[in-house]
Amino acid sequence: MNSLVDRFASSSSNSIFNAKNLHVVDEDDCSDGAWGSQAGFGSLAKGVPSFEVPAVPDPSAFLRLHTDDHADPSCRIKIQHGTTTLAFRFKGGVIVAVDSRATAGSYVASGTVKKVIEINPYLLGTMAGGAADCQYWETYLGMHCRLHELRNRERISVSAASKYLSNLVYGYKGMGLSMGTMICGWDKTGPAVFYVDSDGTRLKGDLFSVGSGSTFAYGVLDQGYRWDMSDEEAQELGRRSIYAAGHRDAFSGNTVNLYHVKEEGWQFIGNYDISQLHYDGPGNVAGSPGHGYGYETRVGGLSSANPPAVEAQA
Amino acid sequence: METSFAITGKGYVIIAADTTAARSIVKMKIDEDKIKTLSPHLLMAYSGEPGDTLQFAEYVERNIRLYQIRNLYPLRPAAAASWIRRTLADSLRSRSPYQVNLLVGGYDEATHSPSLHWIDYLGTSVEVPFGAHGYGSYFALSLLDRYHNPEASLEEGLDTLRRCINEVSKRLVVSPGKYKVKVVDKDGTREVEL
Repeated sequence: MNSLVDRFASSSSNSIFNAKNLHVVDEDDCSDGAWGSQAGFGSLAKGVPSFEVPAVPDPSAFLRLHTDDHADPSCRIKIQHGTTTLAFRFKGGVIVAVDSRATAGSYVASGTVKKVIEINPYLLGTMAGGAADCQYWETYLGMHCRLHELRNRERISVSAASKYLSNLVYGYKGMGLSMGTMICGWDKTGPAVFYVDSDGTRLKGDLFSVGSGSTFAYGVLDQGYRWDMSDEEAQELGRRSIYAAGHRDAFSGNTVNLYHVKEEGWQFIGNYDISQLHYDGPGNVAGSPGHGYGYETRVGGLSSANPPAVEAQA
Repeated sequence: METSFAITGKGYVIIAADTTAARSIVKMKIDEDKIKTLSPHLLMAYSGEPGDTLQFAEYVERNIRLYQIRNLYPLRPAAAASWIRRTLADSLRSRSPYQVNLLVGGYDEATHSPSLHWIDYLGTSVEVPFGAHGYGSYFALSLLDRYHNPEASLEEGLDTLRRCINEVSKRLVVSPGKYKVKVVDKDGTREVEL
């Protein structure tokens, strides 16, 4: 529109306006009818969004200098690293369970973090590594999943969604992104779990755990896992595994968030305090053992002493 | 990487240690016994800095034997663990500390109960119902929190140990191949096949 006015005016007020505000995005590429609206293009109307980067020759080196990238623990900006997340596939769908602790170095920054990102009613993403990276890119993934639906009149597959994310983060490889995520959902092929991380790794699988507490979760998860578990058993296994990590790993804990993905979409099962799980158990829920998960609670009163029978009678 | 486990049960302690001796990326030996029998009712699994491990284990072994010769009775497990801990703690403040992690398991004939002590190179000693050293501990401890039973029979205890070994071989990148397993109970110490 501005170019049209300029062509017919010898001195244009518009051109002065534009000269003063060079950084304002020119909206000439929209028709007059669509002026002020985004013509159904959402945030893509102004092109693919790009980042402000520090005005230095090598932005990723700059980021590395100021964040706690392995080598330097003394830096000012700390990124959330400690976490336990898990997801597994079984006959009844997908179980997704995560803890809720955010740490910055040795400081527990929050105990109420939502580490399951609800991408849409059929897709869940988990959060490990940089909290902001996971939250931003998985929400962004959700936007593209919706565009896929609108364009193709069908829901995106878990495989395609995870590949979209994996290709996206691979494009930023070496620039400091930090995420280890599981994209979980139900599509035409049934329940599916994909592991995607910021190295660009993408793996299809039945059972994954990610984060500093993952080894502890795996210990319980692997040994209790069967494909043909009931829904109750599966939910209990997810809960119990995150508890194990919350108990043994200093960087994981506070509460467990549990989700179950079924054919109809995901369902939030509950939030459980790990201390409460330790002493009292999950309470009156499906699959509950009816007592605390803690070792002392479980073996209370038992003894390894083995005195001879005669002495015991005396 | 080096891994060792120990589990107590009804009247016994099982100690298992992997049998690889590695240097850099090379396996130098695949049937090394890293569990010493210190006395008729005392076992000790050792792991850590190559060289230090065997030197320290033999030093402990001879001193425990010396005590028995002098006093005509052996140290009880808790006393032995205490002496070993003190030796490590003294060593820690010397010019070249022993970097050795231990699992000391014994059967206390006086109380008829098994006793297991987890000891690390810093001189930490703690009596535990089960314990583990090395990378394997990251997988086994949560599992033992879940499955360990203080009143398990020997066969049930060995089943729990099999779970640990199974989990480590499933998840650990550089998992050890074979384990040596020894048991101590009222009848003394013996090796068992898994």
